[in-house]
Amino acid sequence: MKIVILGAGRVGESVAESLVSERNDITVIDTDPARLQALQDRLDLRGVVGNGIQPSVLREAGIEDADMLIACAPLDETNLVVCKIAHDLFNVPTTIARIRSPEFETGAPLLEKTGFAVDQVICPEQSVTAYVRKLVRYPQALQVLEFADGLVSLIAVRAVAGGPLVMHGLAEIPSLVPDVEMRIVAIYRQDKALTELIGTTRIEPGDEVFVLAATREISTVLGALRKMDRPVRRLMIAGGGKVGLRLAREIHAEYQIKIIEFNPARCNYLATQLPPDVLVLNGDATDEDLMTEENVADMDLFLALTSDDENNIMACLLAKRLGAHRVFALINRRAYADLVQGSQIDIAISPAHAVIGELLAFVRRGDVAAVHSLRRGAAEALEVVVRGDRKTCKVAGRRIDEIGLPDGAQIGAIVRTIHDAEGTREVIIPHHDTVIRTDDHVIVFVPHKRMVREVEKLFQVSATFLF
Amino acid sequence: MPAPLAVIALVGRLTVLFALLMLVPLAFAWFNHDRAEHAFVVSTLITAVAGLSMSLATRRFRRELQVKDGFVLVSLTWTVLPAFAALPLMMAIPGLSFTDAYFETMSGITTTGATVIVGLDQLPLSVNVWRCLLVLVGGLGIIVLAVAILPLLGVGGAQLFKAETAGPMKDQKLTPRIADTARGLWGVYFGLALACTLAFRWAGMSWSDAFMHMCATMGLGGFSSHDQSFGYWNSPVIEAVAVVFMMLSGVNFGLYFVATKRRSLRVLWVNAEVRAYVVVMAASVLLIAVYLLAHGTYGSLAEALRHAMFNVVSIATTTGFASLDYAQWPVFVPMCMLLLGCFATCAGSTGGGVKMVRMLLLVKQSHRELVRIVHPSVVNPVVLGGEAVSARVMQSVIAFMMIYGASLTALSMVLVFAGLEPVTAFSAVIACLNNIGPGLGEVGPAGNYQGLSDFQTWVCTFAMLLGRLELLSLLVLFTPQFWRR
Repeated sequence: MKIVILGAGRVGESVAESLVSERNDITVIDTDPARLQALQDRLDLRGVVGNGIQPSVLREAGIEDADMLIACAPLDETNLVVCKIAHDLFNVPTTIARIRSPEFETGAPLLEKTGFAVDQVICPEQSVTAYVRKLVRYPQALQVLEFADGLVSLIAVRAVAGGPLVMHGLAEIPSLVPDVEMRIVAIYRQDKALTELIGTTRIEPGDEVFVLAATREISTVLGALRKMDRPVRRLMIAGGGKVGLRLAREIHAEYQIKIIEFNPARCNYLATQLPPDVLVLNGDATDEDLMTEENVADMDLFLALTSDDENNIMACLLAKRLGAHRVFALINRRAYADLVQGSQIDIAISPAHAVIGELLAFVRRGDVAAVHSLRRGAAEALEVVVRGDRKTCKVAGRRIDEIGLPDGAQIGAIVRTIHDAEGTREVIIPHHDTVIRTDDHVIVFVPHKRMVREVEKLFQVSATFLF
Repeated sequence: MPAPLAVIALVGRLTVLFALLMLVPLAFAWFNHDRAEHAFVVSTLITAVAGLSMSLATRRFRRELQVKDGFVLVSLTWTVLPAFAALPLMMAIPGLSFTDAYFETMSGITTTGATVIVGLDQLPLSVNVWRCLLVLVGGLGIIVLAVAILPLLGVGGAQLFKAETAGPMKDQKLTPRIADTARGLWGVYFGLALACTLAFRWAGMSWSDAFMHMCATMGLGGFSSHDQSFGYWNSPVIEAVAVVFMMLSGVNFGLYFVATKRRSLRVLWVNAEVRAYVVVMAASVLLIAVYLLAHGTYGSLAEALRHAMFNVVSIATTTGFASLDYAQWPVFVPMCMLLLGCFATCAGSTGGGVKMVRMLLLVKQSHRELVRIVHPSVVNPVVLGGEAVSARVMQSVIAFMMIYGASLTALSMVLVFAGLEPVTAFSAVIACLNNIGPGLGEVGPAGNYQGLSDFQTWVCTFAMLLGRLELLSLLVLFTPQFWRR
């Protein structure tokens, strides 16, 4: 796929990084040659120096035969205009814009083909907020990802001794937690995926377990793999940036929130923007006295959401030492994230991954409704809509054991629309003999990125279907 | 250094306009042959001549007014006009001293509604019309003052809403924006006034009574043409109409202006002050009704609600109508009503007192200080309507409250010193300083201010003026710095 990315900032960089590994042909446009050079040295892509809203620069970047344009310049205005130019002048089939302002949403009339021609809006702040919000709701989970409009969730959780399923084989699940349909799609032990999951595979403490289940069963699933903590009530947020503010605004009704922000002017702004039950504190989250004074020891959750990785890590380590129950850090650099995940810091939140899923859905072939990138990009979960029939598609109308998925890849859940009056959708946790039908939404877990192509091919409708 | 002569030139012109206003009661007198024609003809002439000569004598000094002149202008207007307004009263009511007449007109023009006259029913119609008309004009004056002029002088509660109100009020220039704003406000005011008159007439008043009580209601003054006030009709419908329009007049008129401009009532609904006003009113009425019921004052909740609603709204909005002698109620209730009158109405309305917005800010400020004790590094500015209130404004609010408290105490002490019994003295000062009207004891709803000595009457007159001009704009005239070159 030929992709043009505008802007080599933090978002542009992480987007380029995740897309480049999939044999995409990527060109990045930026005004800063030094930045581009650094990116070119590190990744296999082409850089074009210039102002992206000039058609000549776009042309030089090869926009004429690009399949997709991703505009992640710092200004909303630039991104909107570039999408418009790409669509009107160069007929780029898919345009994606990073827009910070909450007043533009995907599907707004202004963004249609006759307007700014933006197919998909991405807002990293919003994606990260939604991602963190999930974690706050289910603090025991490492990751909670939704499919099929929220009907099905993929839950990553670290098994802890004491959970009913821990130290038991997978075959015993139905007897140990009856009434709940769930499917364990992968187990990572010491950062390596277990190659084969069979009935006798035991879940051991410390395993990172990926489970697919209906969203309403999340709490039960978590409870099966580790002792339940008390629910989160008090939480402290370090950093009142865009993410901190959005998060506090969204969840203030359910939790007692304290926000620590370094900049006094920003504190004032936060205090006016947030309802009075959110406590805004001026200070440094790495200041031990302040943290003690504000009772960090009693916090159920401590979130470090500043834009500075090092600060976030230090604040989290300090909070943990002072007694905070669980600590999450927002970490941009992949190396740091790998370094701290699972250490003192319970979860390293990677902003790049929160947003990348939305883009991957466009890059994938076939009718992909949602993609989530897992384990910092190593694995992937896809929601694919099955098209065609037994003749034209390798999946439709077949039993799961007939499909021939690559080793390790698993179909974890199926969402099927029942054709009744309300169009109810049911969640099926499939077995080896479940038959997949046309129009099913199938959620596939792919443990290694290199298998993604194979899976894509399986679901693609062959050309004969068209005739 | 302000220029008093230039101000007098302007006051002169206002006085001439004021003389024209006297033609209204004169017309009433003429058509009713109510033996006050003579008084009004003479007063109109005196006022017109005085106004003209003031204006002509100082015309050489005319110039663009400065902000400082505004204070002089406002104070002078509110002291000179009642003096001329008192003329017809003195001539038409035999035996009425200048002190009492001036008190009466000051009470009207400051929309207080305290009266020294007994036997209102026997007065010539035109005299009652004149008293009530003063309230209407006073109310109009105070709205324009509060919404358009006081903010420019940096005092008054309405400045706090500068950020919230639409275009014209945001601009700091005196002309021509003020004229524009004022016209809009007058439009709203007279629109409501017309609706009120029709509603009273529909509810069963005579045309002249409807007009007079409309004046007293719109200005939240509380004058009546009957000694019994609304008890004269004893009609739930009339009381209900009065309650509705008193409530409406207690809201910032600037907001109505914005609402009509935007054609949406959202401005009113989202306004923190209006919300607090409505909630406080509703809660107090309910509480007092239940209290009266529990005390056995009334047998049924409906009856208790009816009387509580009318009298509580009347006193809390600083109107001062009474439908019965509520001083007979358990003493908690009249005290509570007077207390409400101190702060319930919104800034920019025709009501008096501290104004709800200042109260809101003070409550928020207190809460803020308490939180600060527990969390020393907290940042929690006082937020009103989504915006942080600056420390400067908070200081001015706190200063206002201190001066308010000081004035209250000092004036009460002066009245007690002058021989008034403490309950009467204290309630009279509260009633006058907040422009409510009736107090407790001797000056309660059944009595009036007639029993006061001349000195005591002057103190009350001063209290009304002080309260109406929001303390600071009057008191600043007494500082030497103000007059220094």
